[in-house]
Amino acid sequence: MRRVKLRDVANARAGDKGNRLNLAVVCRDPGDYAAVAVSLTAERVAQVFAARKPAKVVRYDLPNLAAFNFVLDDVLEGGVNSSLGLDGHGKSLSFLLLDAEFELPAQI
Amino acid sequence: MPLRVHIGGAAGFAGDRTDAAGPLVEALAKADGPRFLMFETLAERTLALSQLERRRDPGRGYNPALDRFVTPILARCLAENIRIVGNFGAANPRAAALRIQAIAREQGLKAPRIAVVEGDDLTGVLTAPELAARETGGALLAGASDIVAANVYLGAKPIAEALDGGADIVVTGRVVDSALALGPLVHAFGWRWDDWDRLAAGTLAGHLLECGAQITGGYFADPGVKDVPGLAEVGYPLAEIDADGAIVISRPDGTGGRVDRQTVIEQILYEIHDPRAYLVPDVVLDLSDVTVEEIGRDRVRIVGARGHAAPETLKATVCVDAGVLGEVEISYAGPNGGGRARLAAEVIRDRLARRAPSFKFRVDAIGVTSILADDDGALRGPWTEANDVRLRFAARGAKPEDVRMLLDEVEALYCAGPAGGAGVRRHVTPRLASASCLIERRFVRPSVSMIEGPA
Repeated sequence: MRRVKLRDVANARAGDKGNRLNLAVVCRDPGDYAAVAVSLTAERVAQVFAARKPAKVVRYDLPNLAAFNFVLDDVLEGGVNSSLGLDGHGKSLSFLLLDAEFELPAQI
Repeated sequence: MPLRVHIGGAAGFAGDRTDAAGPLVEALAKADGPRFLMFETLAERTLALSQLERRRDPGRGYNPALDRFVTPILARCLAENIRIVGNFGAANPRAAALRIQAIAREQGLKAPRIAVVEGDDLTGVLTAPELAARETGGALLAGASDIVAANVYLGAKPIAEALDGGADIVVTGRVVDSALALGPLVHAFGWRWDDWDRLAAGTLAGHLLECGAQITGGYFADPGVKDVPGLAEVGYPLAEIDADGAIVISRPDGTGGRVDRQTVIEQILYEIHDPRAYLVPDVVLDLSDVTVEEIGRDRVRIVGARGHAAPETLKATVCVDAGVLGEVEISYAGPNGGGRARLAAEVIRDRLARRAPSFKFRVDAIGVTSILADDDGALRGPWTEANDVRLRFAARGAKPEDVRMLLDEVEALYCAGPAGGAGVRRHVTPRLASASCLIERRFVRPSVSMIEGPA
């Protein structure tokens, strides 16, 4: 096991649709995919976003791309049309996830 | 049948760079076969704002940057037979087409054949209660009477039809973004409308182009971790698509940016929910088997899109008035700037709690915590460490008067708040809220008409 920040091993990009956020996570080294898959569970992502009380977090796996797609429901304060925050789209939220720490199995 | 089609993605939103198309047009001019330049400039709210503009002036309501997008490249595109497809018609595609005719005339060009795609506007088709009955994932429209805009996402068929009819330029309002590429591909390759895998590949090509530089190094750079060379002059994407649906993404010579596995995969998943079922009007795109391969410097090949039969209903976005957003800011800088900012926030909370106990507002401390906190969240971060903090207060209201008290209270901090409060700025912005509806296809009748010669 090694302790990493997600930003050490993966990229992330945020996108929005209404009050729903998607976070694409792409392993920089496809060889890390299996290890990231073990650590970066939907539950762990829900924990990272706990302050925003996601109604649901789903992880979709894309092994061909060494990537994951996380879909978080109801985390954007109603979305860009009703949030009081500066970032109603949630475009910066990929960096909230990238800053989170994970235990990464050494080699799978 | 052509072996290869080239499409340049010249814009990814209404406010995108208007000089991005130039290098794409030069690259397309050097290519063989059918070539297209695509402008995606119509985000969800942009159309509603355009609808308000059209209400004020029936000759407007198209993208206000239309002139700046089209003027620099129109002559060259017509001369090189590079056909332009754009949703910059927004709420008034016909007026946009007439404006492009006028630009051609001003430039002394032969009048282009411009096709206008209409039929996305549902305001005369379904009533507010009928739209409300079709709302999905919410109940914003229940009881709403003042619909600002209701537009259904059209697919690629009217665009392909316009190109089949010989249009040099196709101007649309609301179409699904990816249709701006799928339409030209179906036209050029003659793909059947039930050839789901091909339609899926064309949709994927459109999805990769529709955000402009987001696949060529934009929305990507993180210095020291993910560097993008020449970001200031980032090139916009160029797609080469083969008749079998294989896609190669690159960027024009002489531009900056980066096209590799990482930039492409980030964009493949951008704004995607279930990657096995990305619904557009013409097909359901399944990304499960998609693979990407770096085949050269800044050249990436994407294959493996799978398609399933088109969905039965079409999605519409309906916008209603949503009152106003009030925002006001004030800064505290220098020694204990954080402490003074925190005191200012407490003063405002204290005064409003007494004078307007039910009034809700948000406080951000820009420089400490602003973006990542939520509306209700207590401010995080070490205030005391900060010495340059901009406080931002925000609230919503039905009318400007509803937020005025907050704005006035913060402005009054100048004289009555902590020491050194500076730089108050206050804004009240009208807001629109949007809902999604699912519309039966029988209500949707896209139309294509050609505007030729001087208007």
